[in-house]
Amino acid sequence: MPLEVNGKTYETDEEGYLANLNDWNEDLAKAMAEADGTTLDENHWEVINFLREYYEEYQIAPAVRVLTKAIGKKLGPDKGNSKYLYELFPYGPAKQACKYAGLPKPTGCV
Amino acid sequence: MSEPWEEEGPGEVKKFMYVNRKAPYGTIYALESLEVVLIAAAFEQDVSLAFVDDGVYQIKKGQDTQGIGMKNFSPTYRALEGYDVEKLYVEAESLAERGLTEDDLLVPVEVKSREEMARLMDEQDVILSF
Repeated sequence: MPLEVNGKTYETDEEGYLANLNDWNEDLAKAMAEADGTTLDENHWEVINFLREYYEEYQIAPAVRVLTKAIGKKLGPDKGNSKYLYELFPYGPAKQACKYAGLPKPTGCV
Repeated sequence: MSEPWEEEGPGEVKKFMYVNRKAPYGTIYALESLEVVLIAAAFEQDVSLAFVDDGVYQIKKGQDTQGIGMKNFSPTYRALEGYDVEKLYVEAESLAERGLTEDDLLVPVEVKSREEMARLMDEQDVILSF
């Protein structure tokens, strides 16, 4: 299902994950979120940017448990907990945030 | 009903060892093994990885896959720690036969002799060989 943003068409897989990581830009993330009825605020961006850095370093999208722990390490326990992350990303923090970050679906996520 | 963020206990913990014997590229074994390890890490078992034979090349520093048009997945081995997979064993003889030392590897490992490795394997409940 291709995604159209600002007159450009982007390839995605059948679940809406971006096909090419390098196609990603912030407007694309906003458009994906809007389609889910979400408006991205600075807290969302913090997680999205964290995920992009994680992928850059390790070449994978982290499992939710790993993401939660890593966020806690970097941003403190107020943010490194499941409740906070599920409130930001009710469809599942790893799944939904990875999608907006232009990453593939986390390994092991079904 | 439990909330999605509530974790269940690990239940009975078994010792799982993933044995990696093949070079990282050319076959799918190395990547598949790594993916299984990452997925299975969610089950909170006692997991270790063994690198023997050409499998030691999987965690060699400085991999460059441009020439073969494949993704270099070696940085992912460094993510294992975050998945609580911290026991990585490398067979000393396999390293030596290939002119490698611990300094050539991109993750912290424990180097074990062939004899020690055999003993470790003997202690496992489950061994998955790739």
